[in-house]
Amino acid sequence: MGRTLLRHWPLLFLAFAAVVPTVALSNYQLFQLTMVAVYAVAILGLNIVTGFNGQISLGHGAFYAVGAYVTAIMMDKWGVPYWATLPVSALICACTGFLVGLPALRLGGLYLALTTFALAVATPQLLKYKLFEGWTGGVQGIVIDKPDPPFGLPINADQWLYLFSLAVAAVMFLLAANLVRGRIGRAMMAVRDQPTAAEAMGIDLAMFKTRTFAVSAMLTGIAGSLGAIAIQFVAPDSFAVFLSITLFVGLVVGGVASIGGTIFGAFFIEFVPNLAEQVSKAAPGAVYGIILIAFLFLMPGGLAGALRKLLRLA
Amino acid sequence: MQRRTLLSTIGLSTLGAMAGLGRPGAADAATPGVSATEIKIGNTEAYSGPASAYGAIGHGLVAYFKMVNDQGGVGGRKINFITVDDGYSPPRTVEQTRRLVEQDGVAFILNALGTPNNTAIEKYMNAKKVPQLFVATGADKWGDYQHYHWTMGWQPSYRIEAAVYAKDILANKPGAKIGILYQNDDFGKDYIAGMQDGLGAKFKAMVVKTASYEVTDPTIDSQIVTLQGAGADTLLVAATPKFAAQAIRKVFDINWKPLFFMTNVSSSVGAVIKPAGFDKAVGVTTVGYAKDPTDAAWANDAGMQEWRGFMAKYMPNADLSDANYVYAYGVGVTTMQVLRQCGKDFSRANIMKQAANLHDLVVPTLLPGIKINTSPTNYHPIRQMQLQKWNGKTWERFGQIVGA
Amino acid sequence: MDGLLHQVFSGLATGGIYASVALALVMIYQATHHVNFAQGEMAMFSTYIALTLIQAGVPYWWAFAITLVVSFAIGAVIQRVLMTPMANAPVLASVGIFIGLLLMFNSCAGWFFGYTLKPFPSPFGEGKPMLAGYLSRHELGSTAVTLAVLLSVWAFFRFTRLGLAMRAAAYNPASSRLVGVNVDRMLALGWGLAAAIGAIAGMMVAHVVFLEPNMMSGVLLYAFAGALLGGITSPMGAVIGGFVVGVLENLGGAYVVGAELKLSLALVIIVAVLVIKPSGLFGRTIVSRV
Repeated sequence: MGRTLLRHWPLLFLAFAAVVPTVALSNYQLFQLTMVAVYAVAILGLNIVTGFNGQISLGHGAFYAVGAYVTAIMMDKWGVPYWATLPVSALICACTGFLVGLPALRLGGLYLALTTFALAVATPQLLKYKLFEGWTGGVQGIVIDKPDPPFGLPINADQWLYLFSLAVAAVMFLLAANLVRGRIGRAMMAVRDQPTAAEAMGIDLAMFKTRTFAVSAMLTGIAGSLGAIAIQFVAPDSFAVFLSITLFVGLVVGGVASIGGTIFGAFFIEFVPNLAEQVSKAAPGAVYGIILIAFLFLMPGGLAGALRKLLRLA
Repeated sequence: MQRRTLLSTIGLSTLGAMAGLGRPGAADAATPGVSATEIKIGNTEAYSGPASAYGAIGHGLVAYFKMVNDQGGVGGRKINFITVDDGYSPPRTVEQTRRLVEQDGVAFILNALGTPNNTAIEKYMNAKKVPQLFVATGADKWGDYQHYHWTMGWQPSYRIEAAVYAKDILANKPGAKIGILYQNDDFGKDYIAGMQDGLGAKFKAMVVKTASYEVTDPTIDSQIVTLQGAGADTLLVAATPKFAAQAIRKVFDINWKPLFFMTNVSSSVGAVIKPAGFDKAVGVTTVGYAKDPTDAAWANDAGMQEWRGFMAKYMPNADLSDANYVYAYGVGVTTMQVLRQCGKDFSRANIMKQAANLHDLVVPTLLPGIKINTSPTNYHPIRQMQLQKWNGKTWERFGQIVGA
Repeated sequence: MDGLLHQVFSGLATGGIYASVALALVMIYQATHHVNFAQGEMAMFSTYIALTLIQAGVPYWWAFAITLVVSFAIGAVIQRVLMTPMANAPVLASVGIFIGLLLMFNSCAGWFFGYTLKPFPSPFGEGKPMLAGYLSRHELGSTAVTLAVLLSVWAFFRFTRLGLAMRAAAYNPASSRLVGVNVDRMLALGWGLAAAIGAIAGMMVAHVVFLEPNMMSGVLLYAFAGALLGGITSPMGAVIGGFVVGVLENLGGAYVVGAELKLSLALVIIVAVLVIKPSGLFGRTIVSRV
């Protein structure tokens, strides 16, 4: 009995996450949890490429932005329902990831970090470029409508949005977990840990890395779409370089190459900034920095790393 | 299979429970955020992130309302001013605003910072019918009383300001060849739009070149060179203080002597003119609506003495050359006038009604002759400005007070 | 033509800024094999220290020297206190620490010194620009300083035993320990030197862009790009890379794509160069052991 419970913990966790907050929490708190679900998917995407495949990306905010804009533009210009934008957004982000990854991943290491970091810095610029202004709304951005609950469900829009985001997040986590536990996941980690051996086993390194990058961009892009629906607004300023850095922080504190740690990372980046600003209005950035450093000092491998160590000791 | 049944049962009963919870209670009778002893006011500010220089406005407002409370508050109530950080990121503004409105239950949001940030919450605020008063941005859109009844600006709009420059150019230098340096965002682009408004059909012929920069650029030297190279003899700079100071210096260094217009945003003596050099800025023209804390002209001005007295008592360690504190004081004075006019009725509807019912309000930190006026069809509280030119020591006002 | 020359010279002037920060990045990379993302913010913070000293009446070059010493100490202390315990941690955790440092220095600078723009004096004096108005005295002077730093860094790594030991410590800590190199001390020294070089860069840059807490946030990426373009293992390459990025960005912005996309254009070119020549224009190819 206990074993079965343990084996199905993700399912139990999901059931708990779906029911309890929806009943017990206020709309505002639900909104926060919605953002946690969104960030969790975004960090999951980053984790695929950085955690499992060992390629440091400091620019995943760019894919988040692409996903958000695809959804916003489709909803605003063509009146596409919000849920129908997700597959399109996934496809476009995967292609973008593939194209960016093609040259970038030939570089690897520090050079990939630079390229992706540059991408993050250039994102707001590209979003407001005048040629795209007709779609993106330029610096003004796009305001979109909040989805109503379907089928006349007796819940409010915030509750629906939470359940919807949670459901999408659950599917993404399921896909990612299956991916990394399977053949492809083992190949990813082989490429990360023993590239030469992996190549000798017949893995085309560059192509494999690029595909991983595309999958990763797709996940983060879907998170962007969900984020746009939750915030109901996209603008270049929402996707400044700090977003990419925030996602990276979420990855590191959650734990590299850990699916579960990703969720903790999402909680961290959602709630710690608020905590920091309550400690000090004079220098919230400093408080955030100190919390981050202290956390990594205690748990260099993130929460997941610390738990793994604990389990090994026990 | 059994588990599935269990889950769906839980699910159904949850939905039932939520149906009961989902309905708003009957608490609507009392105004949220207003009790017998206090009025809660919310504010989002950039205490962290790229715009943290504006955090000074938030600190200034906190101090201002402390002074108000020390003086007895308003209508027998103290002000509980809750200001929170959004890091200048629109998603966080949405989150923090929802916290202020739904969790803290503020009566209204005051002076939230940033154009994209206010755009992100505008729809929400109007759907919830919570006043979004005196937003801290000069974008032109914050006077749209027809579509956004609950949202009101405060400072003069950038676009109207740019039109004032355009009219001055048409009147005094009709053959001008204009170059524009602007920040590539809503702030900078409003100046392009304003020039189009002011110059009309002549815009295409008169504006020989526009050059933009990003806030992440280290310098704007290249852009200045480009504008000079295009043959411009008149320059409009729509840049934030750092780039404005660089522009003044670069124009001087390359010995270019255009007719030089500078946005009001970067007219601070302490933060722009002094770093650039007093002598290098001679001839720069801007429009003003507020007194500059570092301008010698106001050393003995009664209004600024009042402000200095407030600063000495409530913010003794603050940088007195920072014009954001003057701005905060002005917003505070305007807000208190609204609350006093409310009498005993602090409902959100009445707060909004009184905010749209200000008549010739004189604010001690605004330029002499400039008054605040609003009405149900005028959501731009400050519409008046005056041209002023830097003479090497101080801003010298000239011409009439202009207003749109 | 005049315009073109002007763009080139103003590109060289901004390129000098990138070059000087790029040197600090090369230093830290050579010494630790990390790229410290907080390098720019630490330089900004050092510059505030210098300004505080100057405002207190300390003569410029004294303030300059004291700032170097203090910055060196800050760098060494950070290495000792924060990085030593992280020696065996995953590299991503180190990057996380750098991000934390970046936030801390940026936020503390605003808290301690305020956000209003501050002019920073130049040791080379004001006065009219030279060379037919193309370059100011400060731009010439600071370029000379950058070249002097470059020469010292190059000579340090090339000719001194300490420099060699430092490179060895970064490249292969275990073997270095075996041959008697005090690896911990080398790492601390590297952090200190990088911080000091950053401080020099900050003091030269601040006169041009004005001092405020976000002074370096835009510069770091360009410096990083310059360092990689020239080759992160080569001080000379980093400096040339910095100048190239400055000029490239100006010309692209003025004549090719317009200022809105000048950053993007510069980066696309850099990535293209790196794809063709991954170790940078002047870097040695790094062979990683398997």
